[in-house]
Amino acid sequence: MTENNGYEPIQKVSIIISRGSLDGVYPGLIMANGALMEGIDAMLFFTFFGLDAIRKKTMNNLKVATVANPAMHIPTWIGAIPGMSAFATSKMKREIEKLDIPPVGEFLEMIHDAGGIILACKATVEMFHLSKSDFCDQVDDIVSVGQMYEASAGAEIIFT
Amino acid sequence: MTTLNVNGKEVPVDEEGYLLNLSDWDEDVAKVIAKNEGIEELTDRHWAVIKFMQKVFKEKGTGPSIRKLGKESGVPIKELYKLFPKGPAKKAAKIAGIKKPVGCI
Repeated sequence: MTENNGYEPIQKVSIIISRGSLDGVYPGLIMANGALMEGIDAMLFFTFFGLDAIRKKTMNNLKVATVANPAMHIPTWIGAIPGMSAFATSKMKREIEKLDIPPVGEFLEMIHDAGGIILACKATVEMFHLSKSDFCDQVDDIVSVGQMYEASAGAEIIFT
Repeated sequence: MTTLNVNGKEVPVDEEGYLLNLSDWDEDVAKVIAKNEGIEELTDRHWAVIKFMQKVFKEKGTGPSIRKLGKESGVPIKELYKLFPKGPAKKAAKIAGIKKPVGCI
């Protein structure tokens, strides 16, 4: 089922993380790290609220959305009760830790140490009035969309 | 059946090159697998990782995650990727003679 059936193996992935919730950020991080472990080159491009995952101030406080998230299987009005998001977040964080998946900051370090490239989107950095010093040390550069495509040469682009 | 020739002895492996019988492992087997993986010489640092993987496998029945490997083997992640280029967890598992890691991390 998982053989490559004669297709060329993937050489490089370029993963775009556009959301800033815990559940919006982790899939991209897991896929990037998973790629590197398979010997596949990986690049991460953070844009819009995805920037929260690489901002020193926010990166280790990402939350799970309990409102407007039908997959939580709880009524919206319950999800809106103060503390619900924090409750769901701490529960999910515990489950994540159980699987030996690191917190966001440590995960970015792992990916960077493994040779993964970490980029921030210039347009949104400017929109949110941020600068390089707002981001964690693992951010290699702040680049335009054009530069992101250039850096993605030969890669499969995955949008999350 | 695929086999690996180690000093004239045929050692059975699966199609990806992982040992079928963990009891076949010894340092010579490790050296032959490493060479097939493009690692010409196993240094003390390589051996530290290999021994750690075997220890975890003995205790848990599965190889360590890359996170655990980086934190507890004494070899940081950056160096792991240098020692075992293109996929340290899998490569080191193969050389250590343990089963292919199946975790996502």
